[in-house]
Amino acid sequence: MSTLKVLIKKEVLQFKRNSFLPRLVVAFPIVIMLVLPWVTTMDVRHVKVSVVDNDHSQFSQRIISKIQASEYLSLHSVSPSFELSLKSLEDGEVDAILEVPHDFEKSIATGFPKKVSISANSVNATKGSLGAQYLAQTLTGSINELRSSISPARHGDLFVIQNRYNPTLEYRNFMIPALLAILMIIITGFLPALNLVGEKEAGTIEQINVTPVNRFTFTLAKLIVYWVAGLIVITIALVVAWLVYGLTSVGNLLTIYAGAFLFILTISGFGIIASNLSSTMQQAIFFMFFFVMVFMLMSGLLTPIESMPQWAQYLTYLLPPRYFITILRSVFLKGATFYDMRFNFLALTVLAVIMNLGAALTYKKRSS
Amino acid sequence: MSTSPLAIEVNNISKSYGTIMALDHVTLNVKRGEIFGLIGPDGAGKTTLFKILVTLLNADEGDARVDDLDVVKDYREIRARVGYMPGKFSLYPDLSIEENMEFFATLFGVTVEQNYDLVAPIYKQIEPFKKRRAGRLSGGMKQKLALSCALIHKPSVLFLDEPTTGVDAVSRSEFWDMLHGLKQQGLSILVSTPYMDEASRCDRIALCNSGRVLDIDTPQHMVEKFDGSLYAIKSSHMFQLLKDLRSLKTVANCYTAGEYHHLLAGDGFDAGQLVQSLTAQGHEDVELKGIVPDIEDVFIKLLSNES
Repeated sequence: MSTLKVLIKKEVLQFKRNSFLPRLVVAFPIVIMLVLPWVTTMDVRHVKVSVVDNDHSQFSQRIISKIQASEYLSLHSVSPSFELSLKSLEDGEVDAILEVPHDFEKSIATGFPKKVSISANSVNATKGSLGAQYLAQTLTGSINELRSSISPARHGDLFVIQNRYNPTLEYRNFMIPALLAILMIIITGFLPALNLVGEKEAGTIEQINVTPVNRFTFTLAKLIVYWVAGLIVITIALVVAWLVYGLTSVGNLLTIYAGAFLFILTISGFGIIASNLSSTMQQAIFFMFFFVMVFMLMSGLLTPIESMPQWAQYLTYLLPPRYFITILRSVFLKGATFYDMRFNFLALTVLAVIMNLGAALTYKKRSS
Repeated sequence: MSTSPLAIEVNNISKSYGTIMALDHVTLNVKRGEIFGLIGPDGAGKTTLFKILVTLLNADEGDARVDDLDVVKDYREIRARVGYMPGKFSLYPDLSIEENMEFFATLFGVTVEQNYDLVAPIYKQIEPFKKRRAGRLSGGMKQKLALSCALIHKPSVLFLDEPTTGVDAVSRSEFWDMLHGLKQQGLSILVSTPYMDEASRCDRIALCNSGRVLDIDTPQHMVEKFDGSLYAIKSSHMFQLLKDLRSLKTVANCYTAGEYHHLLAGDGFDAGQLVQSLTAQGHEDVELKGIVPDIEDVFIKLLSNES
């Protein structure tokens, strides 16, 4: 039996005997894919609105019923004074206030309309601005209806919005590819790093180091096991995305797997660097955690890279998840081809080489 | 190729960790086919020397050869030829006895059957439990498994770092019998131990402390070389006795040794007079007898000569 084969056999045996790892590989993607797409959403729904109705007209009634009907807005109260509504806003019971001025309906008919005011709680900037926008849209709709009922001239919408690639504006369609990347970082970056440091802590690495086995073969055997685990995990996750969310890739699955494999190579190389530089599990965990935080928050996983400051945007070019996430989202949602993504693939390849070179260079077979 | 009569040569090896000198110009030789004991307390530098010899660590100074191969230049070849059993159990606890054996055999490019004769006397004792995982074995069984794994590729030199630490007295004695069996097969063995009483089971020993070798010789010769008269003494007040004896100019050294204190006679020492004066000081049942020194006495004497 060749050395590599016996080493892989040993890793598989250890992996299977571990009471935790095989379950983790199956349960982890399922749980993450079942729970997180529902909760990591930036869709703003049920913005609570208090209407200050000074007009008491048909128009204000129409607005109120529209707010009640909307799934994005919900009517909290119709209050007689702005002060009262403001009190509710301060108490956090209400997210936005809509104040319809006295004789608003009449002023529209005269051609010199009064102004409706919207005040939103913007402590949560996203919720505040989106809430105000939804309210404004509802209002515009109602005003247009009112105008067209007054004068026969058409006051239709002047623009049409089309949400390409994610027509229902589902935030989870945007998040699922990102979750795949997080799964890969943990299964193929974290686990092999911990496994290698575990051998250091247990002292077994010393017994291995006095055998003629070279370190490359030894590490490769470990990685192969985690690479396979990583591909299994991504497959499970894709199946869950399809079964539960009905989300399938628009583009070629092979392109996704190719990207995933390159990313796995990169991130496992990174895991080995972490394990080489640390001598205990604790150190390795902290090391990995720091970078995982950076990966999660800077690679465009949650927030678009384009809205980061310029210097940070330059930094993101160094982060492997950036390219993987771009590939995933483009192929998954837009049906991009391998050729379209060639620069991302090239960048990932370069990073894979750099990471694995780094892994080889940081390894010292003998301590000095 | 093995022309040199030496299995291990260590020349002026030094190694320090920061400001701590783990090995201070150590020189020693191990002949082929002998059991050489490295004896000294914790912190003597035994493990550091082992790691340098099995190519896990580089020395700061000096050079060493194992089986005629340089530990720095020919490290790959050395790794194929030596068997190393670290002080800490370091086989895979989640693999069974059998799997560990096969795993290490394959890494060395051999099969368990090929060298079964060599490991048989040891392996047979644990073979009935071969399906059991290594992590669930008793201390003595772990030690036998570790030795079997270190032997499976038929090494020419065997390095055993404190193999008997944490093992009961009967198993310790059995273990030394096994080592003598291996010696009969032509293996050269370097073994370290903090237990002075195990010195007599070695062909030659090096007594070491704080990174220095105090003396190298056969255990018998080392005891014979002991110059000075050694006594064992006890009385009804052992602690007071130790204090009193240490204050005397005629006593060169006095230290506890189990039931008795051992006393090394200094200039103008008179046994009869000592018993009298101790009795006068209030000690009852004073018992004083001349004894033959053991390795521990030799070690303590060498230590006091050093300082």
